[in-house]
Amino acid sequence: MIEFASLLGKLNWSALPQDPITAGGAATVVGGVLGVMALLTYFKRWKWLWKEWLTSLDPKKIGVMYIVVAVVMLVRAGTDALMMRTQQAISVGSNHGILDSNHFQQIFSAHGTIMIFFVGMGLMFGLINLIMPLQIGSRDVAFPFLNSISFWLFFVGVVLVNLSLVIGAFSAAGWLAYPPLSELRYSPGVGVDYWIWSLEIAGIGSLLSGINFLTTIIKMRCKGMTLMKMPMFVWTVMGAMTLVIFAFPILTVTLTLLYLDRTFGMHFFTAGDGGNMMMYVNLIWAWGHPEVYILVLPAFGVFSEVVATFSRKRLFGYTSMVWATWAIVALSFSVWLHHFFTMGAGADVNSFFGIMTMIIAVPTGVKIFNWLFTMYRGRILFATPMRWFMGFVVLFTLGGIAGVLLGVPAIDFQLHNSLFLVAHFHTMIVSGVLFGYFAGITYWFPKFAGFRLNERFGNYAFWCWFIGFILAFGPLYVLGLMGATRRLDHYSASLGYQPLFIVAGIGVGIIALGVTAQLLQVFVSIRQRHESRDTTGDPWNGRTLEWSTPSPVPYYNYAVTPEVDNRDPFWAVKQARTAGVAVEPQHYEAITLPKNSAIGLYIGIFSFLIGFGAIWHIVWLAAIGLFGAFVCILIRCNDDHTEHHISAKKLEQLDKQARAQGGLA
Amino acid sequence: MSEHEKIVVAQHDTARGSLASYVAGYIFAVYLTVTAYLVVYNHLFSNTTLTVVIVGLALVQFMVHMLFFLHLGRETKPRWKLAVALFMIMVVVVLVGGSLWIMSNLTYRMTPTQQNNYMNNQQGI
Amino acid sequence: MSSSATVQADDSKPILGFWIYIMTDCVLFASLFATYAVLYKSTAGGPSGYQLFALKNVLAETLILLTSSFTCGLAMLAAHRDDRKQTLFWFAVTFALGVAFLTIELTEFRHFVVTGNSWRRSGFLSAFFTLVGTHGLHITIGLMWMVILMWQVFKCGLARVTIRRLTFLSMFWHFLDIIWIFIFTIVYLRGAIAP
Repeated sequence: MIEFASLLGKLNWSALPQDPITAGGAATVVGGVLGVMALLTYFKRWKWLWKEWLTSLDPKKIGVMYIVVAVVMLVRAGTDALMMRTQQAISVGSNHGILDSNHFQQIFSAHGTIMIFFVGMGLMFGLINLIMPLQIGSRDVAFPFLNSISFWLFFVGVVLVNLSLVIGAFSAAGWLAYPPLSELRYSPGVGVDYWIWSLEIAGIGSLLSGINFLTTIIKMRCKGMTLMKMPMFVWTVMGAMTLVIFAFPILTVTLTLLYLDRTFGMHFFTAGDGGNMMMYVNLIWAWGHPEVYILVLPAFGVFSEVVATFSRKRLFGYTSMVWATWAIVALSFSVWLHHFFTMGAGADVNSFFGIMTMIIAVPTGVKIFNWLFTMYRGRILFATPMRWFMGFVVLFTLGGIAGVLLGVPAIDFQLHNSLFLVAHFHTMIVSGVLFGYFAGITYWFPKFAGFRLNERFGNYAFWCWFIGFILAFGPLYVLGLMGATRRLDHYSASLGYQPLFIVAGIGVGIIALGVTAQLLQVFVSIRQRHESRDTTGDPWNGRTLEWSTPSPVPYYNYAVTPEVDNRDPFWAVKQARTAGVAVEPQHYEAITLPKNSAIGLYIGIFSFLIGFGAIWHIVWLAAIGLFGAFVCILIRCNDDHTEHHISAKKLEQLDKQARAQGGLA
Repeated sequence: MSEHEKIVVAQHDTARGSLASYVAGYIFAVYLTVTAYLVVYNHLFSNTTLTVVIVGLALVQFMVHMLFFLHLGRETKPRWKLAVALFMIMVVVVLVGGSLWIMSNLTYRMTPTQQNNYMNNQQGI
Repeated sequence: MSSSATVQADDSKPILGFWIYIMTDCVLFASLFATYAVLYKSTAGGPSGYQLFALKNVLAETLILLTSSFTCGLAMLAAHRDDRKQTLFWFAVTFALGVAFLTIELTEFRHFVVTGNSWRRSGFLSAFFTLVGTHGLHITIGLMWMVILMWQVFKCGLARVTIRRLTFLSMFWHFLDIIWIFIFTIVYLRGAIAP
């Protein structure tokens, strides 16, 4: 209940770390933040950070910020995984490992929450921001200011999750916080509230992005780019954003209802007084299933771009790809019960959803075959992005087959919540989402940085991830079939699990090497940036519009908005060039671009106050946050000077400069 | 700054209403509302039929609002607002209908009072 | 070459964006409706809707809100006609009707609470208060927004950007009336059909 009496709500000194493990986590977070601040001060980069990044409304800048935050969160949640696997490899019989149950539960809850919401969604929104406007020939997204708000709300979600390591504790109720465990009675601390508010705030950011990107794709395509001429990445983004706008409201409601139960004594999901906990599971998965398709569809889109470019062939079966994408979008709203076959529904309900689950595998299969057919008779270049694809195609197919198995209710009764399930969904998310976005980052990196990533380290990274993944999760399929359940922090020696857990532990270690290789890759590439400069804007001999810009892309994207009449428009332009067709001189017109704005950041700060106040029951703080956010919106709405103009002459100057540096004709 | 420009014909703008459409819509909506109210107040049909009737009236009124107040029918091609609205309706039908089906099934089979009913029904099998 | 941006009244992009937002809010309410439909029988020994709801008040609320939707439409017609006075007048009427709606609703809520039937009583009442209360919260936000826009019309007249914002508000207001139709039907009327 609300503690009105106390000015600081539930907050008191005992919220600070009370034991070594928590203290270690807190020290890392605080140390990390202080370290970054120290670096910024030492290199005198605060103003630069503020002007070039934090207040920028350029989607390319916002995209890079998303990706940077997501990568940091990847390291955080990956460390959680290392801790869990270490625990599981040694915690047998009389040995109880390095973590007690409470910490183990917080760690797996944080791992899942962070990976899905902040790594997966972060990488996705990052890439969409970077690439999608370029691919449709646009200068920006539909609502640049809203885009900034979305990023800052995402960032506040990240802050809240990590703050729980320092003040209070995180949820120990899993990444989806099922009641009754997540209700006040069994989780009386602030952990679940941290989980709720972190996701509530980040979720609103996601919803706004969905509206933004969908409107962008519908309304801001360049001349000649009809829907059926859009690149496949844009189609999958359109599908994913459709899922976002219809699924995230369900999450908002469900989180709110849980919070209302916990804070205002309501009875939505309580174990008594008319609550129905099964409704929570129903609602959260009605969001949760579309969520996984939200994550993976743009990754499929990345693969479509990568496969076509590195097979030097146009994508096979474009039309069927479009249909498959929309089939997945429509069907993903009709399978959600397969996450709770065992909750007790009858055979009729279970079979319906089991059959729908099987059906949804079909359009995904169509996509895989189309990629393979694209490769057939192509001239394949095995650069790093293509390697990520090859790893994906092997692992995803196997994991997908495991998924179809799980989709049979009778089989699922044996395997639900076992390590088989854990292995399945990690296979899909790692090989689909992660490999896809890694491929995208590697593929498009030269476009934004102006230089290529080091191929050798990319190679190491891929092989470490690929082999590491097989070692880390292969044994889990076996363990699941042997009866091991998920979230085990200790087991009896007679079960014979340990050897497999040890192999799995080694696998995670190799994945960690892969992440290290990726981070080193970035450092090495920066050091070598002069040798590996992208001087043509088109390092991979690409097919789509973004490759027609200089590298790095100027802030206005296109000096002159392109006109297309072809599905692979840049490829067509290049063919025409080699055939000697004359290039028409550019006709420059004045353009308008949004000015920087700090309001998005301020709204983020006020949202943080709302969240923190709601978590710790500090009513006046939440009220300040609400009022402040409202005032920010008013200020922005009354600001008449939100754009700046670039004259045609200046534009021509900038363009000629950029092209000279980027080596374009 | 704020130039007080008038809206010239809004290009590609959404359809706008006319006095006739608002008046017609209002009259239809009042009629549908009062009808639903009277039907229930006077309990004119059996329980199930009543439910069907009032939900039907609500759906018709939904259409009236969409057409006469939100001018959905007057959108020029391409009809994106309509497309998104139809998709929304599909999602709502699946979400609400699906949830009702699932939850009634689950509550019947998994709650104590209901389980007694279930077990009684299963007797003799 | 002219350096000013070309003045084109292409509001279709923000209007589509706002429309899509409205569609997401529909799904939000659909989730609340689904929850209500699942929980409305879970009265935990307390009263059901049949015992609690006063249909006459609800009919009044419904007709008031419906009329406010109509007057909002009239206000928009005036705005497109560039008639500042009429715009302000009809929005003022809309505002008054909105306040009347909220007054009846809050009176009903208060009555429930003081008679011991608050949101804490049962799953049904939690769902009722949350569904109807969320709608009421949207109405409150709409009314606040209305005041701010009326102020802008009063001070700066019917500029292009103001008319665009009024369009958003009117879309929002009509949408809220649509949601109310379903609350009126599924919560109140259905509740009144049988104990």
